Amino acid sequence: MIEQPMMAKICDIQEESPGVKTFFFKLNLNFEPGQFVMVWIPLLDEKPFTISYIQKDLVGISVLKRGVFTNAIHSKKIGDMLGIRGPYGRGFSLKPDSNSCVVGGGIGMASLATLVDRLNLVVDKRRGHVTVIQGARTAAEIIYQKRFRDMKLCTEDGTAGFRGTTVDLLKDLLKKQRFQKVYTCGPEKMLYKVVELCGEHGIECEVSLERYIKCGFGVCGQCDCSGQRVCIDGPIFNIQELSRMEDFGKITITKTGARVIH
Amino acid sequence: MSKINLSVNLCGIQLTNPTILASGILGTTKALLKRVAENGAGAVTIKSISVESREGHKNPTVITFEAGMLNAVGYSNPGVDAAAREFTNLQDVGVPVIASVIGTQKEDFVRVVDGLSAQRFSAIEIPLSCPHTPGFGLLAGQGTPQATFDITSAVRKVTKLPIFVKLSPNIPEICTIAKAAEDAGADAITAVNSMGPGMIINIESQKPILSFKAGGVTGDALRPIAVRCVYDLYKAIKIPIIGVGGISTGRHAIEMIMAGASAIGIGTGVYSRGIDVFRKVCEEISLWMQENGFDSIKSMVGAAHD
Repeated sequence: MIEQPMMAKICDIQEESPGVKTFFFKLNLNFEPGQFVMVWIPLLDEKPFTISYIQKDLVGISVLKRGVFTNAIHSKKIGDMLGIRGPYGRGFSLKPDSNSCVVGGGIGMASLATLVDRLNLVVDKRRGHVTVIQGARTAAEIIYQKRFRDMKLCTEDGTAGFRGTTVDLLKDLLKKQRFQKVYTCGPEKMLYKVVELCGEHGIECEVSLERYIKCGFGVCGQCDCSGQRVCIDGPIFNIQELSRMEDFGKITITKTGARVIH
Repeated sequence: MSKINLSVNLCGIQLTNPTILASGILGTTKALLKRVAENGAGAVTIKSISVESREGHKNPTVITFEAGMLNAVGYSNPGVDAAAREFTNLQDVGVPVIASVIGTQKEDFVRVVDGLSAQRFSAIEIPLSCPHTPGFGLLAGQGTPQATFDITSAVRKVTKLPIFVKLSPNIPEICTIAKAAEDAGADAITAVNSMGPGMIINIESQKPILSFKAGGVTGDALRPIAVRCVYDLYKAIKIPIIGVGGISTGRHAIEMIMAGASAIGIGTGVYSRGIDVFRKVCEEISLWMQENGFDSIKSMVGAAHD
């Protein structure tokens, strides 16, 4: 294995919301839901992204326009190239024959999209069901509107679906139904609350964590979270592992290596 | 597993085995140092600390190739004050912890050593040999006998801890520089830092991959050069040598010890064999010693010399 980016041509671009575009490539990646790739723009920078679509020989990454790097990606056109290396990290472990809930906050939904696709494919409908919760600040920020069978929406301002947070909505659902497993990705404060809630209800839970990633293959130590390397030991961690990670929900490490409070 | 004794005494520091986590790999937090110790390292080195915090170079900063790794991280670190807070109660790590200290001038080295003096580090390592960070190491002229003598002397005045001076494999007169360090009061030489810098170009984009374009070469490609440096140093200096460069197996470690190293550093091996490379290397050393009739690391040090 050689950890170097290979250049991939953008073959399609799809707008998911005013701030989010999905860029498609013809690439053969051996990708498992929950893993990530490093996306490189020569002479600019390189950042981690999840694969949000896998369709035959097509893969897609969904990118929220947020800073210099994501702005540069958004300015790319069909036919332009981006460097891609990976996939990296440990993906989700699926619990197919059960009722599961997939909880995505903001662009965190992108990290869960291929998981939902996979679960819908493998879950025996007589034995289990997949419920998706997507939370956003406002209706315009909702992505993958028509993509999933059973997706419940919530927005902070009430412009779409349930008015409130994903955690409120999950709490609400748990009054009526039982989940054996929850998968989640989003802002870490939200993840922390989802994990707390799952702990109270005795539900298995897996979380996709985000940290500043440099190498992606476990040598530089930049993405440490309480002794766990998010890039290779994660980015998916289960509730038992998270209970031993004191920094989860509290501390993150910047690109200098300084600790900052969430 | 066998009962072979792998312990070594390095400048008065007792190590249960000769493997040391090299600086720049996984040494960002105390939690990771502890994890490396639990995976069998005899000692660990923190990622280098400067006076002020540094973001380092942009990504990509670390890539690999057929024969090793290329990196230009650019000494990202949170600065001495934050580092002093991060590395408290170092006895929790379970093995000796070495502080790697960098500076753009000798006064900086002194300030960082001072700033870390309240923490329980077992030794100070000063790399005067980074090939890819402007203002530091080779790019600041620290790889000359005079600069090495001056910086080592300045650090010697402010600490009683053992001082390890880390040298570049690039410089033909590595022995002259090592002697300058020895004369200035260094307790050991760490040989070697990454070589080069080298460059890897992506031909489709027609651009170097690393954002800094050039980076230090480590791993398999470095090993024969590191072994030769250690072999030459063993004849030239009296203080012990920590051999670093491309070690990822027990055989590599023994080769380096036979060249003259009293202990060995592992960095890129964490990539090629995983975080438990330290335990694997120790088991392989033990097995080889058992099969070949050696009963101590010390008895193998310098065995390749006439």
